[in-house]
Amino acid sequence: MIQISLILGGLLILAIVLLVYRLHTLVSVIRSSGKKKVSSSNKINAALMMVFLILGLIFTTWYSVKEFDTYNLPVASDHGIITDRLFWVTMAITGIVFVLTHILLFYFPFKYQFKENTRALFFPDNTKLELIWTIVPAIVLTFLVLYGLKVWNDITKPAPENAEVVEIMGYQFAWRVRYPGKDKQLGEYDFRLIDATNVSGIDFRDKSSFDDFHPREMVLPKGRPVELKIRARDVLHSVFAPHFRLKMDAVPGMPTRFWFVPNKTTAEMRAELGNDEFNYEIACTEICGRGHFSMRLLVKVVEPEEYDQWFSEQEPWLSRNPEYLSQVPDDLKELAMIKAELSEVTID
Amino acid sequence: MASTATLHGADVHEHEHKDNFITKYVFTTDHKTIAKQFLITGIFWAIIGGLMSLIFRLQLGFPDMQLDWLRPFLGKWITDAGKLDPEFYLALVTMHGTIMVFFVLTAGLSGTFANFLIPLQIGARDMASGFMNMLSYWFFFVSSVIMFVSLFIETGPASGGWVVYPPLSALPQAVSGSGLGMTLWLVSMTFFIASTLLGGINYIATVINLRTRGMSFSKLPLTIWALFLTAVIGLLSFPVLFAAALLLVFDRSFGTSFYLSEIYIAGEALPNIGGSPVLYQHLFWFLGHPEVYIVLLPALGITSEIIATQSRKPIFGYKAMIISMLGIAVLSFVVWAHHMFVSGLNPFLGSVFMLLTLVIAVPSAVKVFNYLTTLWKGNIIFTPAMLFSIGLVSFFISGGLTGIFLGNAAIDIQLHDTYFVVAHFHLVMGSASFFGLMAGVYHWFPKMFGRMMDEKLGYIHFWLTFVGVYLVFFPMHYIGIAGFPRRYYSFTSFDAFNIFADLNTFVSIAAIATFGAQLIFLFNFFYSMYRGRLAPANPWNSNTLEWTTPRNPGHGNWEGEIPTVYRWPYDYSKPGAREDFIPQHIPYSATPESNLPHENEKIEEEKEIEKLPVDDQH
Repeated sequence: MIQISLILGGLLILAIVLLVYRLHTLVSVIRSSGKKKVSSSNKINAALMMVFLILGLIFTTWYSVKEFDTYNLPVASDHGIITDRLFWVTMAITGIVFVLTHILLFYFPFKYQFKENTRALFFPDNTKLELIWTIVPAIVLTFLVLYGLKVWNDITKPAPENAEVVEIMGYQFAWRVRYPGKDKQLGEYDFRLIDATNVSGIDFRDKSSFDDFHPREMVLPKGRPVELKIRARDVLHSVFAPHFRLKMDAVPGMPTRFWFVPNKTTAEMRAELGNDEFNYEIACTEICGRGHFSMRLLVKVVEPEEYDQWFSEQEPWLSRNPEYLSQVPDDLKELAMIKAELSEVTID
Repeated sequence: MASTATLHGADVHEHEHKDNFITKYVFTTDHKTIAKQFLITGIFWAIIGGLMSLIFRLQLGFPDMQLDWLRPFLGKWITDAGKLDPEFYLALVTMHGTIMVFFVLTAGLSGTFANFLIPLQIGARDMASGFMNMLSYWFFFVSSVIMFVSLFIETGPASGGWVVYPPLSALPQAVSGSGLGMTLWLVSMTFFIASTLLGGINYIATVINLRTRGMSFSKLPLTIWALFLTAVIGLLSFPVLFAAALLLVFDRSFGTSFYLSEIYIAGEALPNIGGSPVLYQHLFWFLGHPEVYIVLLPALGITSEIIATQSRKPIFGYKAMIISMLGIAVLSFVVWAHHMFVSGLNPFLGSVFMLLTLVIAVPSAVKVFNYLTTLWKGNIIFTPAMLFSIGLVSFFISGGLTGIFLGNAAIDIQLHDTYFVVAHFHLVMGSASFFGLMAGVYHWFPKMFGRMMDEKLGYIHFWLTFVGVYLVFFPMHYIGIAGFPRRYYSFTSFDAFNIFADLNTFVSIAAIATFGAQLIFLFNFFYSMYRGRLAPANPWNSNTLEWTTPRNPGHGNWEGEIPTVYRWPYDYSKPGAREDFIPQHIPYSATPESNLPHENEKIEEEKEIEKLPVDDQH
């Protein structure tokens, strides 16, 4: 019953609106037979241009200042400080252009709105002006390009020799982290060796893999270069660690990498933000299916000494899953047992 | 269905042949009717695409809302808990992108105005090949039907994002939309590409061959330059998308490994070795980036025309505008990998593409400054079309400037695939081109349907839409700077993204309101088609040739001879002239009072032009 009356009410309102509209058109037809070139709406539209400009600029400035700490993500890597600076330099330059061009764009229509008995200026071209506004943007952009290239080349140059290597593999819908173990060498992998337990397909024919370990979260030392070796198991993923200003796609069949220097421990960041719950996170930024929005990995940055301590305490994956010793070639079995800290007893 | 309105105008023409309903409105070869077919189909798709965005905006803005009431429309895609299914969410963003980019802003914009304006503005009876032109629409129609069908199938439409990157789009195990839905997407796009190519070849052939006498390239309106270059870009880039799609079809159905390598999914290792997902990205963006300009250039051409006409001033820097468009057209082919800075691309290649990308900002800046100078000291009349054109310039500036951030590889590391990108391209490509489409419809409606649209409703439509678009997309910059990734069903899984719930709600409300404002346009459009005031032949006192045709141009456009062209299209407010406009077909010999010194010399050339045969193109 309520629905029916709602529908009827809606129809009634619609009918009234249509009727008013029709009346309005008919009246305006009669009125405009006097033949004016533009209606009074012209003035209103011109005024609205200025209203929009002024309110828009005030509102944008107010919100940008008020919410600065909300949208400005704290930064926790060496290169992040540099890319943030580049970002804000670009923001300053484009911000000025944005405001100036918009003032002109809305002020001109207001100032030069139609006036009876005036004529527009016949001004088809001016080579000098056009050269100026070709060359000036070109110079500004050259500056931004050179600045950007310098930063980009520094970030993407090969990782230092002593970088800590960590492997991160994306799969539907989680991340798998692998550390190289005490030999500091990541073992080989092969996607054909993947099974329910050996999630990332570690190849135990390679002796470097015997002491590799898989922690639940990523632990990184503050102040040391870290090289992420990135790969994907099924579809594209993308490693995104917002606080480290780090992003790189994970591509099946094509390993990628990204190196950086974390420069704030989790504890320091918690103190800085006054938030005891804070954690660094890694998210996925390449659409990968149903669970794309939930591929969360925690990252913990600690002091280097604490990191070394933690690293030495980790148990190799092989020692937790000794049944995979069967994949180790016979001549390497002994080595595998030593590196995986397995005793004879476990095999028998 | 397209144009019953022309029923009202009695088509009097010397070559009047008996058309029945089918040949006149369905399988027509008349460029004006085909343009209307593209327009109406584009409007249909815009409504569908817009509604889809509202559904996913509900999910993003009101994550706790019970969506049971959508079950009659979406069926099992609303879960038992009354929530949107996460895979259907991905399907919605995918189809929203595909529909808006290809069906609305490519077919709806370029298809409508290239068809409508090219013959009318260059002085031709029709397109070079009316039959190919008809095929172009009907290939688009078939493509539309297939895409529409894919919305209703059991496994859902394609859901790998509008870029449909493999392996996600190649493996039905990865997401259910990559099953039949993806197959239909590929088939539909194949027809779409065929449609675009048929149309493009025709536009190019027509502009090159069928210009009326005197209409040299240096006298072409900027709309025609824009539509011409758009067709050239499309002709060179769409075949590459076809290649990309074809290889994807092979990978999906015939066991090849162009894009697939070393994949373990759903408990088994696939046999594919040696393919590269990055190869697909190169091929896709080789179309994908020029595509941005395919949707944008026609809009810029339309605005150039409207801003000059309604400022009653010549467009400033006509030659510079053409050179910028040529520059944009060429550069658009060498910037594609800026979409791939963090795809695992060689960093050196990244540097090269970053350099080229920022170069393209120069011609874009020139265009903006030329628009501003055209407004300066004008005598501006705010028609709805003029308002939408000014709005376009605003979006072009806002979205263009954020492109300088994203084109800079080092900044892109952080911003890539965040809401900053969403804000950027929705302003510079989506909204700017949409405003170009709207401006074009308001401006040429009188020539299309012989009637005027209601101006006041147009003003209301403009202001609600203009403010609405900024309220929707401006906040996304903040969300993007904060690092929110795009294509996320929900942000609650992460501490870092567990803020801005209020802003997301705000954006969703603004989106619903902006969509609502489009209903005003729909009413105005269809109502005016039948009941609008009768249009004069040249309602805007415009210079270009289409306004020399009768109120309802019939088959062949001009009743007598096609007018001869003597001057450029922007002689507005010329000092000394009686009126504030001198149409293109008025010879200099008829306007001694307003001729500039070098134009008096052109009077001699007019005799040469008149010696040329009247190419009646029959």
